Amino acid sequence: MNGENKIKAPANPFQPEPARIVRTYPLTDDVNFFQIRIADMEKALSFQYQTGQFAMISVLGAGEAPFSISSTPSRPGLLEFCIRKAGTVTNALFQMKENDLIGLRGPYGNTFPIEKMQGKDIVIVMGGLGAAPLRSVLLYLLDNRDQFGRVLLLHGAKRPAEMLLREEFFSLKEREDLECYLTVDEDDTGEWPADVGLVTQLFKKLGNINPENTFSLVCGPPIMYKFVLKEILKLNIPKDQILMTLERRMKCGVGKCGHCAIDYIYTCLDGPVFTYWDVIHMRELI
Amino acid sequence: MKIVKLKKTNLFLFLEIISKEADFWAPVKKSPDKHIFEVIEDFSKINLDYTRTILPPKKIMLPSDFNMFQASNTKYTPDFSHVSKKIIFGIHPCDIHALVIMDKFYSHEYNDPYYQKARDNTLILGHSCWPDEYCMCKSTHTHVVKEGYDLFFTDLEDTYVVWIGSSRGDDLIRLKPELFDEDLTDKDIQNFSQRREERDKAFTNDINFEAMPDLMELKYQNLLWDKLGEACLACGSCTNVCPTCNCYNVEDKPILGKNCSNISRCWDSCTLENYSGVAGGENFREKRSDRLKLFYTHKLQSYISKYGKPACVGCGRCVVTCPVDINVYTVSKSLDNEEVDTFWNRLSKEVTK
Ligand SMILES: Cc1cc2nc3c(=O)[nH]c(=O)nc-3n(C[C@H](O)[C@H](O)[C@H](O)COP(=O)(O)OP(=O)(O)OC[C@H]3O[C@@H](n4cnc5c(N)ncnc54)[C@H](O)[C@@H]3O)c2cc1C
Ligand code: SF4
Ligand code: SF4
Ligand code: FES
Repeated sequence: MNGENKIKAPANPFQPEPARIVRTYPLTDDVNFFQIRIADMEKALSFQYQTGQFAMISVLGAGEAPFSISSTPSRPGLLEFCIRKAGTVTNALFQMKENDLIGLRGPYGNTFPIEKMQGKDIVIVMGGLGAAPLRSVLLYLLDNRDQFGRVLLLHGAKRPAEMLLREEFFSLKEREDLECYLTVDEDDTGEWPADVGLVTQLFKKLGNINPENTFSLVCGPPIMYKFVLKEILKLNIPKDQILMTLERRMKCGVGKCGHCAIDYIYTCLDGPVFTYWDVIHMRELI
Repeated sequence: MKIVKLKKTNLFLFLEIISKEADFWAPVKKSPDKHIFEVIEDFSKINLDYTRTILPPKKIMLPSDFNMFQASNTKYTPDFSHVSKKIIFGIHPCDIHALVIMDKFYSHEYNDPYYQKARDNTLILGHSCWPDEYCMCKSTHTHVVKEGYDLFFTDLEDTYVVWIGSSRGDDLIRLKPELFDEDLTDKDIQNFSQRREERDKAFTNDINFEAMPDLMELKYQNLLWDKLGEACLACGSCTNVCPTCNCYNVEDKPILGKNCSNISRCWDSCTLENYSGVAGGENFREKRSDRLKLFYTHKLQSYISKYGKPACVGCGRCVVTCPVDINVYTVSKSLDNEEVDTFWNRLSKEVTK
């Protein structure tokens, strides 16, 4: 009756792996870019993740926190993160230098439904730190470009200095197979070479969209969802083809500490990627 | 199921034999109406005439604060010093059900080795009980047990009927088989059934738990929650005493003068203010009423939807503990439109006067 019939996950899901900061540099005033490699070579190469997932990063003496993986599984080896200075752990991370050791475990959470997205047009809308999880899927789409239809990117920031990964996005803008629109609410430099205005205003540039054949991926600050979702719904994209990744307090990443609970689910296990249908039928999601 | 008999006069002798290499936990009386589980060496301190202990046995499996890792930059070494060979004697059916719920929870998707190792090293020796006016376990169907224990002792005047629930339980009996009688007489069976019938009648509470998932959904915006939110002290007592509450926090505690830390895990409570706070000052449940909704969604709804039974085992601890009468009994009754005498109802009457 008590026979083992299920293979359980390996020993200790809470145990961080020592990992090294390969490179780190500022993206904006309060966001830094981090390239990280798990110290043990074999474990580094066997770390398999998918777009949309996150990892728990720990700094000795400070603690542990969840961060979206910003790199793409189509370029294995290094893991990349965009991290905003927000509190204890992130402050400690900002103190660290290249070659310093941190702890890392994961990957956790669900993923973007890449298989279902194949052959479809993809509209990605990002604002602020929303670029962190969405960069992963964007690069994945570009690395597997022939598997998808049109790929459109709308990226908004308050001011030029606040746009994450500006240079990278400007060079992507040169690609013919990506329709890339970059906008700032307000151009305080007078030299912004792209759009000025709210990200919602970019929707008129999308041209003809076949809603049934389109997936839209959204991530940004809470206020952005409200307005961007309105625009996406106007396009008539089906509710379960609108995807977003959401943030909650997380202390374990594996469904045990309870902090990320919403309704009857745990964001760390059943999220962080949700559909718009999830959002309207589950309480408290946004 | 194997069932044997033990003379009550032989109980201590048996406990003596089985507890040689283990910490022996049992209920002990602390004040006229307060009992706790404690490690004991002198069996005469055991007090089986109790209804519920202040804290449930979860404190024995996962203490309120324990170390998960000894960490340095180059290594996170798991620390299992909270695990030792243990026996818990005198645990009641509701608390055994809570352990079974924990077993499921801690092995769901990811296995929690801190719970699992503690559980694997602990023998559960259950004991029968008699309900008081706060027990709700008949409504939650947790007043009898079929799994989750190694031995279960039913008290029948001068003897115990001992149910053997596991192979490890069977091993215990085999340490001194001559103490046990394998033949239950017709009289024993009659006594057992009679006790069971009388006990069933002794329950005074009846809560319609089956109706709760729908009521939670339908009344999610009900004013009731505002009243509860106004009364709640956000003290976290309810979650501490609840045998199925399992939320925790993790803390990195640096060791002074050394470049290493203890990574510790301590109980947390969804009723506390910052439970759902995230960076940027955003707090998804700033209001006490929102946090109570989370607690009751967990107890009365989500678990029922997932596993077909509530995450409440009806132990009544929240009923005797919450200083402002917010508990599974009063909340369920109120959701079911019954008038209950509570601090918060009196409070809102005061206000409207
Ligand atoms: C799935 C997921 C993906 C994420 N991805 C990213 C990402 O890619 N990049 C990124 O920068 N961030 C990301 N985050 C957010 C990130 O996890 C948080 O910013 C991080 O946890 C902050 O940790 P900290 O220790 O630096 O801050 P903390 O010290 O924990 O403080 C953060 C905030 O929590 C509150 N707080 C914490 N403790 C207390 C207390 N005791 N009292 C009062 N308030 C308190 C405060 O509001 C404070 O501002 C993600 C979060 C999730 C859930
Ligand atoms: S909710 Fe209350 S009655 Fe139910 S198990 Fe928890 S403490 Fe016991
Ligand atoms: S419901 Fe009662 S016990 Fe729980 S936090 Fe509020 S006041 Fe404290
Ligand atoms: S982060 Fe701990 S349960 Fe989800």
